[in-house]
Amino acid sequence: MCGLCGVLGAGEHWTDSDDALKKRSGAETRRRERAHQVALTNRILSHYGLKMADWQGSAFVLSNRTGASEVIDHFAALWPTAEKMIKRPCDPLDPKIIAALGW
Amino acid sequence: MSRYAGYLPVNVITGFLGSGKTTLLKRLLESPDMADTAVLINEFGEIGLDHHLLEQIDENIVMLQSGCLCCTIRDDLATSMRDLWERRAAGEFAFRRLVVETTGLADPAPIIYTLMADPVIRFHFRLGNIITTIDAVNGLKQMNRQSESLKQAAVADRIVLTKTDLSDADLPALRARLRDLNPAAPVFLATERLTATKLLTNDLYDPKSKSKEVGHWIDAEAFAAADHDHHRHDANRHDDHIHAFCLTFDQPIDWTAFGIWLTMLLQAHGEDVLRVKGLLNVKGMPAPVAIHGVQHVVHPPVHLKRWPDADRRSRIVFIVRDLERGPIEASLAAFNALAEDRVTV
Repeated sequence: MCGLCGVLGAGEHWTDSDDALKKRSGAETRRRERAHQVALTNRILSHYGLKMADWQGSAFVLSNRTGASEVIDHFAALWPTAEKMIKRPCDPLDPKIIAALGW
Repeated sequence: MSRYAGYLPVNVITGFLGSGKTTLLKRLLESPDMADTAVLINEFGEIGLDHHLLEQIDENIVMLQSGCLCCTIRDDLATSMRDLWERRAAGEFAFRRLVVETTGLADPAPIIYTLMADPVIRFHFRLGNIITTIDAVNGLKQMNRQSESLKQAAVADRIVLTKTDLSDADLPALRARLRDLNPAAPVFLATERLTATKLLTNDLYDPKSKSKEVGHWIDAEAFAAADHDHHRHDANRHDDHIHAFCLTFDQPIDWTAFGIWLTMLLQAHGEDVLRVKGLLNVKGMPAPVAIHGVQHVVHPPVHLKRWPDADRRSRIVFIVRDLERGPIEASLAAFNALAEDRVTV
């Protein structure tokens, strides 16, 4: 297993760490943060023809326009899975993406 | 109290072949503030020379058997660390700190992966400072020819210049090069009185020093000078591929947008983001959050109790290879702007 896979399989993602959220803990807040995460991620994924949905607060489902879908256990697996589904890189530095985001 | 309060710090001593890692380690181990330190060293070649130099110093030295520390042998490092932990838990010996000395050809990043990824290690150990030794006589040449050497300098939290007493050491040129590569890392001379406190203990997870440490990272003057130097250099020079810059954002950062962006950036360009460190003014948070990553690995963020200075802007330092500042800045700003029309659910 390469170092990257080790990190991706390591469970808790750094954005979800207790330290990051301790000031904002509580089930309601976490639900709201997760909804916000899904909504923002979908704004990006729409440029790749993909959509992410929350699956009972414990995983995500990534799907494309033809109905193919993949379950993602951790947020860290999102981009590798997205790249596998669209068969090209998802690059936030791509000028087309930056322009599409209105910047 | 920080979740890392009971975790054992792991300091990494790296540096190119012959740059004085073992000599530095020997000196540090002789100082009283290095008591209760366990050491992991690499055996390189058949003789395992470094081990023979060190074996008289401390019985808590474990020699890795697999040669160079790289991705393919992370298991060896992980096994040794787990073994050390079990022996400590069994009361066989006590230690409060672990030092890993890499081979001269090692890329430090896999060691950091190991700390973050191993399911046992990541709950007992945490990364301390990375100390890089650089030979003042040959360091410039090595950085021109060996990518490992450049990377070791770029990821350092502390740099120790060795052999500075030799007449052909060109210190001003070396310092200028290091300022370009890694402007915020404090540089020490091996001829100084170097203690564990100076090199090892003041880090992001030390409650007493974390605010000061983050202050080092985002030293605006250091980055302004580095940016100036970078533009002045010959574009064909080997290490011009690696450079450092500091982005500042006036508007508070949306944590979720930042997480999506950095995760995506590191998936696409992690190999070339040698180090990212920053102090974020996160929306809805009264105090700043420090973030810290090496290539694909991002450490859990750390909350600071207060800002290190009067500046309330988010400041993020990047040390990158073949990536330009402009697109990174624009991309993060675009992602952050997405969250501005956030709807409360």
